[in-house]
This record gives sequence, C-alpha cells and structure tokens, in this order.
Amino acid sequence: MRFDELVRSGGPVVTAEFPVVDTDMAALVRHADRLRGWADAVNVTDNTAAHAHASNVAVAVALRGLGLEPIMQVACRDKNRLALQADIVGAALHGVRAVCCLTGDDVTAGDEPQARRVFDLDGPQLIRVACALAEGRYLSGRAIDPAPELLVGAVENPGAPPYSHRVDRAAKKIRAGARFLQLQICYHPDRLAAFMAGAARAGLTSRAAFLPTICLVKGAGGLRFMNEKVPGISVPAETIDRVEKAADPSRAAYELALAQAGHALSLPGVRGLHLVDFRGGDAVPRLLSDLRISRRLTA
Amino acid sequence: MSQGPVTSPGPVTSPDPVTSPDPVTSPGTAGHRAVAAVEHAVKGPVFDCRMCGQCVLHSTGMTCPMTCPKTLRNGPCGGVREDGRCEVDPSMRCVWLRAFERSRRLPWRGHFTDLRPPVDNRLAGSSSWINLLTGRDRRTPPGWQP
Ligand code: SF4
Repeated sequence: MRFDELVRSGGPVVTAEFPVVDTDMAALVRHADRLRGWADAVNVTDNTAAHAHASNVAVAVALRGLGLEPIMQVACRDKNRLALQADIVGAALHGVRAVCCLTGDDVTAGDEPQARRVFDLDGPQLIRVACALAEGRYLSGRAIDPAPELLVGAVENPGAPPYSHRVDRAAKKIRAGARFLQLQICYHPDRLAAFMAGAARAGLTSRAAFLPTICLVKGAGGLRFMNEKVPGISVPAETIDRVEKAADPSRAAYELALAQAGHALSLPGVRGLHLVDFRGGDAVPRLLSDLRISRRLTA
Repeated sequence: MSQGPVTSPGPVTSPDPVTSPDPVTSPGTAGHRAVAAVEHAVKGPVFDCRMCGQCVLHSTGMTCPMTCPKTLRNGPCGGVREDGRCEVDPSMRCVWLRAFERSRRLPWRGHFTDLRPPVDNRLAGSSSWINLLTGRDRRTPPGWQP
C-alpha cells in the first residue's frame, strides 16, 4: 500500500530514518535494500543536526527510483519560503509524496555555526504552506496545475518544556494540515504517556498518525551523546548508568529500546513507530519480531 | 541546442494594493518614521521590541517572538533545554516558555495557540501601530488560508 494510503487507512505504520549519505551511491542502494524489507516509508533528512549532506530532494528522488516511499524532511533553518516550496514541488515532480515539516535545529548545533540562519517560515507555517501546495497553489496564490499529491506531516517533541503545551502545539500542527506526527525520541516514559493521553483526549489521534521515535543504540555512549549533543533530548542519568553498568551493555541498550517501544505501543492513539537504527545488523528485524509486529509490505 | 522561448513566470496574482501615499500611514514617509520612532522608544525597553511591524504581543503573552533566536512566531521549538534555557543561547530562558507562562495569566489566553501567518519582511522597521490601524499588518498572501 502507498504510504499516504496507509496513513489514511488507520493501519499500523513503521517508518525509519534513512542514514545520511554524501556521494556514495552504492551505500545508498545498500541502505535502501536493508530498509525495504521492513519500513513502510523512510525519512530522508534535511541537513540533519545542521551538518551539510547530499540534499533531501536528491536522496528522496533516488529512493523513489529504488521503489521506496521516501518521507522528505524539510527544515526551515536553511532556506526561505521560495526555496522550500520549490523543493517540495520539485520532489513531487519525481513522485515524492510525503513531506515532514520541521523547524530544525539551529545552525549552532552543527559544524558550520558561522552560517546565517534563515527561519523565514516556522514549522507550523511550513505545514500550512505545504498543504496549500497540495491544494494547488503557491503561498502567493499562483496556481499549480496539476496540484502535487502530497501527504504532509510534522514532528513534535513530547519531552521538551513546556510539557503541558506540547499537545496544543501538536493540535496546531494538525489544524495546519499535518496528517502524521513523528515524535522525538523521549527517554521519559511519563512525559510520552501524558502527551499521548492528552492527544487522545483532544481527539487528535484520529486525525493524525502519531509515531513515537525509538533509537537503537549500541551502548551508553550513544545515550550520552544524545543527552549532551542533541537539542531537546534529555536522557536521565539513571538510564545511562543502567546501560553502562550492565554485564552486557549492548544487550541492555537493546532491551531499553524494546521496553520503550513496547511502552509506546501500549499508549492510546499510537499508530506505530519511527525507528532510528545506530546498531545495524539484525537489530530492527529482531525488535519488530520481539514486538510481534508482522510486516506485510507491498512497496 | 535551442534555448527555447523565454518562459513567463506564470499568471501573476494581483500585487498588494499600493498603500495610500498618506504622509503618516505609508511606511517610509517622514510621518510614519516619526511614529515608528515613538513606538520603538515605548516598546523597546518594555518588550525588547524588534519592530517587525506586525505586532502579535497580545497573543504571545506580551513576549516578543522576534527575540527568539529562530524568530519563531508559532514556537516553542523542540530544542528547549530541560531547565528551560534556550537551545541556541543558553544564557537566556526560552522566549516561548516565558510567553507560555505569561499568556496563561491573561484573560485572552486562548489566542496563544493561534496559527500566526508568516512575517511580511517588507514591514520590518515600520510602525505596527499604524499598520494595525490601516489593516496592513493583517494582509497575508492569497495562498495563506489558515
Ligand atoms: S529554545 Fe525557545 S527561544 Fe530558543 S530557539 Fe527554541 S523557541 Fe526560540
């Protein structure tokens, strides 16, 4: 089933983060082959963590050519409204249907902190603009014929302050037109549970597919990195400690992800998962089988 | 190889109606600049106003969103630190956290979650007071339908 149809159908969804690539097309094909077996769609990042890489449009188009369903992330940090619209429409020309709208980390989070930050639009505005494109018009009002077929989504971080406002922010994104929300990895199960309960209460979970992120890391180092270096992610010291002091830290890291995934799937309104795999090997198929998620992909 | 015909940029939607050349309400005129100077003198010290010319303080807990390093109008971003400090500038508290807290004490707090349209960059430096009176601050591109 096409990813946009799957999201609209209400069935379970598993998405994955596509690893960053630069110029190695063979690596891109290898990653695509690995993910093809279990991901309904794969997120193509847009200069993730404010580091330059092969562009989101180029990678999304390549994956489309390889028969995968790309979710093209579009961030507000590097481009103004003209460039953002051009990217979405240009990718749609090649059959890229799903876009995920982000505000984006600041340039200071990356390796070129000297860069000018743009943020001409913000995340919710970009969602609205992408929906306008799907309705057949640019922000200026100029018609696009035929209108691109787009499924517009976004991200939200249930684990960042102000916690009690995050459901309202998700609601704003859904009002703007987001039909799926990939949730930032959250190492505080209570925050994710409160967020999902609020989203279900507000009637949001029937209007958009909520997909909490699960990160598969190799050990405590990965957790510490996220805690220290990734904006908006906090990993409790006890969690890092528990993995670090375990007899088999790699296994403990896997079990942490499995427990997080099981907890996320038990929450009301969660439609599936977004998986970020830093372990490689058979980690993801094993996770899905341990969670008893069967994959019937028809890509 | 032929270069092909020069393509037209497509149908152009009607340009913004030219603001009336009124000596006070038209941005850029001496009258407008004088009002903008007064506005800045009043709002600068109180709100750290950045003179975007399309004031939304009433719906953002009287906190200027242009002081957010990402200039987000619909914030807070996902990078707010655990202790409430800003992702970009850890020496300050997240502007949107402050906006959220202050907005809850206002009788019209419902507007906090409004979807605010993209900034019209042409209005930077002009007086939002005059733009409010003339309705110029509420004019959005035709494709923006909230
Ligand atoms: S943390 Fe707050 S003030 Fe800083 S960039 Fe994000 S929204 Fe703006």
